Amino acid sequence: MSGHSTYEPKNAFSKWLDARLPVTRLVWDSFVDYPTPRNLNYWWTFGGILTLCLGIQILTGIVLAMHYQVGGATAFNSVEHIMRDVRHGWLIRNIHATGASMFFIAVYIHMLRGLYYGSFKPPREVLWLLGCLIYGIMMATAFMGYVLPWGQMSFWGAKVITNLLGVFPGVGQSITTWLWGGYGVDDPTLNRFFSLHYLLPFVIAGVVVLHIWALHVVGQNNPTGVDPKSKADTLPFTPYATAKDAFAMSLFLIVFAVFVFFLPDAMGHADNNIPANPLQTPPHIVPEWYFLPFYAILRAIPDKLMGALAMFGAIGCLFALPWLDTSKVRSMRYRPTAKICFVIFMVVCIILGFCGANKPDDQVIPGLAGFMLLDANANSWVWLSRIGTFYYFLYFLVITPMLGLTETPLPVPETIASPVVANAEKKG
Amino acid sequence: MLRKITLLAATLGLLLGAAAAPALANTAEEPANVHWDFEGPFGRYGKAENQAQLQRGYKVYREVCSSCHSMKLVSFRNLGDPGGPFWNPKYKNPNDNPVVKAIAADYQVDDIDTDTGDTTKRPGIPADRFPSPFANDYAAKASNGGANPPDMSLLARAREGQGRYIFSILMGYENPPAGVTLNPGQHYNKYMAGGVIAMPPPLKAGQVTYDDGTPSSLEQEAMDVSAFLMWAADPHADDRKNTGIAVLIYLLLFSGLLYLAYRQVWKNESH
Ligand code: HEC
Ligand code: HEM
Repeated sequence: MSGHSTYEPKNAFSKWLDARLPVTRLVWDSFVDYPTPRNLNYWWTFGGILTLCLGIQILTGIVLAMHYQVGGATAFNSVEHIMRDVRHGWLIRNIHATGASMFFIAVYIHMLRGLYYGSFKPPREVLWLLGCLIYGIMMATAFMGYVLPWGQMSFWGAKVITNLLGVFPGVGQSITTWLWGGYGVDDPTLNRFFSLHYLLPFVIAGVVVLHIWALHVVGQNNPTGVDPKSKADTLPFTPYATAKDAFAMSLFLIVFAVFVFFLPDAMGHADNNIPANPLQTPPHIVPEWYFLPFYAILRAIPDKLMGALAMFGAIGCLFALPWLDTSKVRSMRYRPTAKICFVIFMVVCIILGFCGANKPDDQVIPGLAGFMLLDANANSWVWLSRIGTFYYFLYFLVITPMLGLTETPLPVPETIASPVVANAEKKG
Repeated sequence: MLRKITLLAATLGLLLGAAAAPALANTAEEPANVHWDFEGPFGRYGKAENQAQLQRGYKVYREVCSSCHSMKLVSFRNLGDPGGPFWNPKYKNPNDNPVVKAIAADYQVDDIDTDTGDTTKRPGIPADRFPSPFANDYAAKASNGGANPPDMSLLARAREGQGRYIFSILMGYENPPAGVTLNPGQHYNKYMAGGVIAMPPPLKAGQVTYDDGTPSSLEQEAMDVSAFLMWAADPHADDRKNTGIAVLIYLLLFSGLLYLAYRQVWKNESH
């Protein structure tokens, strides 16, 4: 797609600049003239929405950092100072806290879009890997950000997650101690988490540049998964994609605003409004919702080391996906069986989320007696999470490679324009 | 397409449900289903009846709860902020508000005599924070049978169920069911996780005499003090909701315009 540049500097200054640093040309080629498939649907607007989310987090984060006082004795109260005394501090903090959840909603939709339409397949493997890398750094950033207000969940969540690394034989315990900067989660831990929480979003921004660079080399995928073949298949980014993206962003902001102004506590946990207390373990430690499926996988396996490996492996599957999928057809539109397996996969991820939110030994169906199965009652969240974990890995490691070899896909259109034209004729 | 959108909406709904789920697993009874007029997108603390309720709630707090519970994050001046119990449009600066000044002066706060360096006490001013009933957590525990009365500034938002939970705790004292034995200083409360609470029943009917003549039934006192504590935990709620309505109206109009622009741009392109 990186064809000939059509940029023509209009005035003396832009000519002068173009000969020295062709940055206006870069912007023109990338965001104005850049050809986009004409059939992109609204699932393709989430890339732009994610960029918006990153911008919002960075802007509000910088303002919060002006008032936040890192330190075990000061952190909690300084956040409350922001909420109560800083002018519009409540607004900035609500946007930042809700924004993290909105960011994850958007990234999960963006990734599921990629899974469904096969956007990870050649030639987009590097683009996909960069995306997975962004997702990984996002999780690290969000995790450390949640520690900063130094409430009960901040403290105990940090403790549980950092302890995970301690299960690795030999080096594990030393790594945890090194991460903590001491023999427990304490001031040094909080300090370094603040430092890294400030740094990582800028690392994300850097990787997003690479991500978009890679995108502009290979071009966007589209709902048919067919490569554009002629000019009839594409439209210039501006005004076509820009107009659609802007509309979608505005709708996204409406949902965002509903949470910021009317449901500020919906995504959080009440226990985090209690100052951190190392001597008092909360009855039920749960991470933020966007980590719950992985938390469920971690707890599904009785052995701690295997549990941690499974959890990291679940994320690892995403990285390996381009090489696990054997199907030559990109879009699941034309793969009926894959479509069914994919829908089940999405449902399983949600079920795993519920498993992560509940205590492992509690009943899934209240009142149903169930029976003992190995180490736990069959009617318990831990067994449900085992079934979910099994399907999660089955989907990536067995279904995805096998299906590509065995299925018979539906006929795939010749060009992007052909189904589009057929559609338009049908509508009349 | 439509089917897919429905699917996505269902997915999102479930995800959000999952976020709210952790409260499910609790042995205690669900908080009572009571409501306050200031709740919801259109409810405001600033409304006259609600402000009267905050004033009554403050009285309960002052006369009963404050002898055990601190409220360290709240300043006297906050009482006179917009949406607060003693907001008065005549005094845009709450530090000038005579009611707030009188409330502050009624408290003795710690200070240091700059001539001698000795610690002294002086009457409070609106800029001071509420002083705590105990010198530190250890003193608080020592006076309360080993249990620390939690700080009240954020208490309403630090429990699942928020104001409903506080109301329920105040109403939930009962004789222990058979099989539950209580140690001295312990009480049975069906809304407390585990059922055992170290706080003696703090309220009874007629405990406070309201200045506005409202009969002080136990339920009335519990509703009022819970309302006050909800405000204390979220003092900018009115401002937040007013801003939110303006932002939403703006975004809805803006989205409408963007949609028209989008239709105009794509008018001649099939897709
Ligand atoms: C005699 C001292 C005392 C008074 C007066 C008092 N409390 Fe308490 N309160 C306590 C103690 C002690 C605890 C800690 C209980 C425990 O942890 O078991 C507590 C805990 C609480 C809790 C939290 C329960 C939980 O979930 O941990 C609430 C809510 C509460 N008090 C509300 C009130 C209200 C409202 C008032 C005023 C109407 C009040 N208290 C008056 C001593 C008191
Ligand atoms: C901060 C997070 C991210 C930002 C800001 C971001 C931004 C973008 C943007 C602007 C696009 C182009 C618009 C579009 O096609 O949607 C895009 C495309 C893409 N992104 Fe991301 N992205 C992020 C995270 C991810 C993640 C976590 C993944 C996958 C694991 C991912 C995978 C992809 C893929 C495969 C494409 C190409 C889409 C296609 O054409 O089919 N991205 N991204």
